[in-house]
Amino acid sequence: MNATPSSNDFILQVEHLSMKFGGLVAIGDLSFQARRGEITALIGPNGAGKTTVFNCITGFYKPTEGMMTLNRNDGSTYLLERLPNHEIPARAKVARTFQNIRLFSGMTLLENLLVAQHNKLMKASGYTLLGLFGFPSYRQASAESIELARHWLEKADLVDRADDPAGDLPYGAQRRLEIARAMCTGPELLCLDEPAAGLNPKESAALNELLMGIKSTGTSILLIEHDMSVVMQISDHVVVLEYGRKISDGNPASVRTDPRVIAAYLGVDDEEVETVLTEVGDEDVIEQLDTGPDSAHGPGNTASMMAGPVSDSVEHANEGERVTVSKGASKAAQVDARAASVASKPQSAAKPAAKSGTAKAAPNKPAAKAPAAKAGSASKGKDTAAKPTAGKRGGRK
Amino acid sequence: MAATVSSERDAVATPIQRAFREALYAGAISLGLFVLFIGLRTDQNISNELILVQRWGLLALVVIATAVGRFLYVAYGQPFLASLKVADIDTGLLPETVAARFFRMPFFIAAVVIAALLFVLAGSLDGLLGPDLAGYARFVRALAIIYAVAWVMYYFRAFIHAHLSALGISALALYPVVVVLVLALMTGSMAGGFQGSLKWVDNFGIQILIYVMLAWGLNIVIGLAGLLDLGYVAFYAVGAYAYALLGTHFGLSFWILLPAAGCMAAFWGVMLGFPVLRLRGDYLAIVTLAFGEIIRLVLINWREVTNGSAGISGIPKVSFFGLMTFNVSDPNYIAKVLNIATSSAYYKIFLYYLILGLCLLTAFVTVRLRRLPVGRAWEALREDEIACRSLGINTTTTKLTAFATGAMFGGFAGSFFAARQGFVSPESFVFLESAIVLAIVVLGGMGSLIGIAIAALVMIGGTEALRELDFLKRVFGPDFTPELYRMLLFGMAMVIVMLWKPRGFVGSREPTAFLKQRRAVSASFTKEGHG
Repeated sequence: MNATPSSNDFILQVEHLSMKFGGLVAIGDLSFQARRGEITALIGPNGAGKTTVFNCITGFYKPTEGMMTLNRNDGSTYLLERLPNHEIPARAKVARTFQNIRLFSGMTLLENLLVAQHNKLMKASGYTLLGLFGFPSYRQASAESIELARHWLEKADLVDRADDPAGDLPYGAQRRLEIARAMCTGPELLCLDEPAAGLNPKESAALNELLMGIKSTGTSILLIEHDMSVVMQISDHVVVLEYGRKISDGNPASVRTDPRVIAAYLGVDDEEVETVLTEVGDEDVIEQLDTGPDSAHGPGNTASMMAGPVSDSVEHANEGERVTVSKGASKAAQVDARAASVASKPQSAAKPAAKSGTAKAAPNKPAAKAPAAKAGSASKGKDTAAKPTAGKRGGRK
Repeated sequence: MAATVSSERDAVATPIQRAFREALYAGAISLGLFVLFIGLRTDQNISNELILVQRWGLLALVVIATAVGRFLYVAYGQPFLASLKVADIDTGLLPETVAARFFRMPFFIAAVVIAALLFVLAGSLDGLLGPDLAGYARFVRALAIIYAVAWVMYYFRAFIHAHLSALGISALALYPVVVVLVLALMTGSMAGGFQGSLKWVDNFGIQILIYVMLAWGLNIVIGLAGLLDLGYVAFYAVGAYAYALLGTHFGLSFWILLPAAGCMAAFWGVMLGFPVLRLRGDYLAIVTLAFGEIIRLVLINWREVTNGSAGISGIPKVSFFGLMTFNVSDPNYIAKVLNIATSSAYYKIFLYYLILGLCLLTAFVTVRLRRLPVGRAWEALREDEIACRSLGINTTTTKLTAFATGAMFGGFAGSFFAARQGFVSPESFVFLESAIVLAIVVLGGMGSLIGIAIAALVMIGGTEALRELDFLKRVFGPDFTPELYRMLLFGMAMVIVMLWKPRGFVGSREPTAFLKQRRAVSASFTKEGHG
């Protein structure tokens, strides 16, 4: 998909990232890149796993599988999944904000920004010893840190309230302060988790300006956002997630017109989907119409012609892996299914041979590429990602 | 629903009627509460049998006192308090506050005169009034002095507020001198002054300052870093035993062992810190509590080293920086060197200044650390640990330094305690000590040095003052011991303060840096931490 340039063009490369919580697959085999100096937006419906991706990148979660490579401007490379939580901001220079704002509410705005410069000041204070005896080197570093804090307070338009407690700020200002605090760590990659959530249009515009200002200083930004006005205006690259899987990846214009994205956000007309899927012989739809138990998870009825292959249930048993969302939930997969049915219908209605053909008929389906790309995750990718899609349905026609 | 009905009825009833009704309720409740507590009492008779003593008269007194108290409060207290909030129609001014009415110039002059008169007559009081009335007279004198001091503090409150630290430190530095001089004047000789000062310097001064130091040390762990430590007394014990053992066995000087004891306590702080790093809140509290008990049980059971429950006695005294000693038999005994009369008060006064110096060291380090990145990280940890990690703060080392620093000051206080007592045993390091220190920190306001010092003064000084109320024996009979009511008063004080000021005496937080103006952060924004 990407003509892979030298890896140094990308500040962050996420490869085959998977995160499972017990049986729930929050992220399944996600790969994307964030270019240096660009704003990359990560969007998707609620529960798509965006925040989980952030938590993996910033070390709050250890991913189940996958590799996250961070290439710093000075050429050094860090594997984020191997760094301890607190070293990711300190050494790899990745800073983040939180969806539910996490400020030090009892400390003043200035103190919030000084805490962010902890590691720098810690060194300057000789790990407390020099600072305790009031050495001038620490005093100078302290004055510099206050200057940096003032700089970011001015950028965030908060300098008038510098000596107020952070908990006293209105919501929009708290959002800006959190970004300013993250910037005070001197990051090269800034991860923002829904910075525009709960902001009015005016505040949202001010936020856009702040983010563009940050971008102009050379800091790359990774952004989770629901507010499309923010995403479409400022981002250079958009990655769309649904149910933990990437369904689209590209510039804002191409993503906006991607039918899979539209389906994921707006849904597909139910009747249309149903007719199409019934025509294709989709097991899920038939099950739903029958209101019988899910054959893959319920008691095995292998005698039935409708049942899936035995390997299906065996694999489930082995890996303890379960997709808890209902099978037909993924709207993007429905779009794929429709495309597949359109492709396969003219040929013949019921042909086992169509199995592989239909799978290939969905060219932009990421999960379908997994078997070829990675043998290890092949069966898993098929099992979890491809199940509701045409690949398997074709086999049961 | 019930509440609305009763309030409607209240609106109809006059205050006096309502007061009657509420007095009846209060009396009934207190009767129900106290019938078994006060009305009946188990006792042993001469042949060691358990007997029930009935005390209906006392029960009636308590119930009547409750009812009358409720009546007075509802009938007169509440209308009075309400009237304070109503401004005068003509002038638009609020009425005088209770404090302003209470602290008036004539009252002040009267108090000073009474106190002075009773001081002058101090020696001849017993002869003039008899022992009964002399006890009351001394109590009146104490009240007059307290009133006069409170009056001064009330009228100079702005000045005191502005120069609190300087005034407090100078008052503490002058305290023994003033005590000795006043007592010398009263008894008419310097020797008498020194002898009489023992109680005031040792029981009040040193005792309170030890708790101030312990509470300031614990404040680092609880008030700043927000880690609820219920086993703080363990570090106190480590410091005390470190000095006691190394001092008695190896004859090392206090001035070497003080830092050593601090280091050892800090080491144990880290030892405790490691396993509890991942614990928060209640779980942390329970584990630290257990740690405190483990240390005490080790001290009891490791007889070969600690001499078990019998404790260690004969702990060497502190020397005056090696120049002079406080042992009468030594050739360089202070009285011989300075050519003054022998007295045990010199050692106590020296210890007073020593613990004062240690307290000031604790305060200085705490104030400094708060302005350093590590102190800010502690407070940030208290506010939000996850945000700390997202900013690259190593929460492991931050927590451990908090534990270690707090423990170090506990160790200093412990070694001082051993030097002062000359004897340590595990009995001094029970959980109750941890609880008292924690209560002082919470009452004072977590994170505030001044508030904690005031809380220690009130809690420890207040309970010590109970010993001075001997005249109450004449009221309640000879087997009445006011000290036994220590814990009751302690608990009452805590309940009252927590109702009146839920975040302690000084709940607001002083910011560690400012751009334009230093403004205290209201307690409603600061968090207590989750352990």
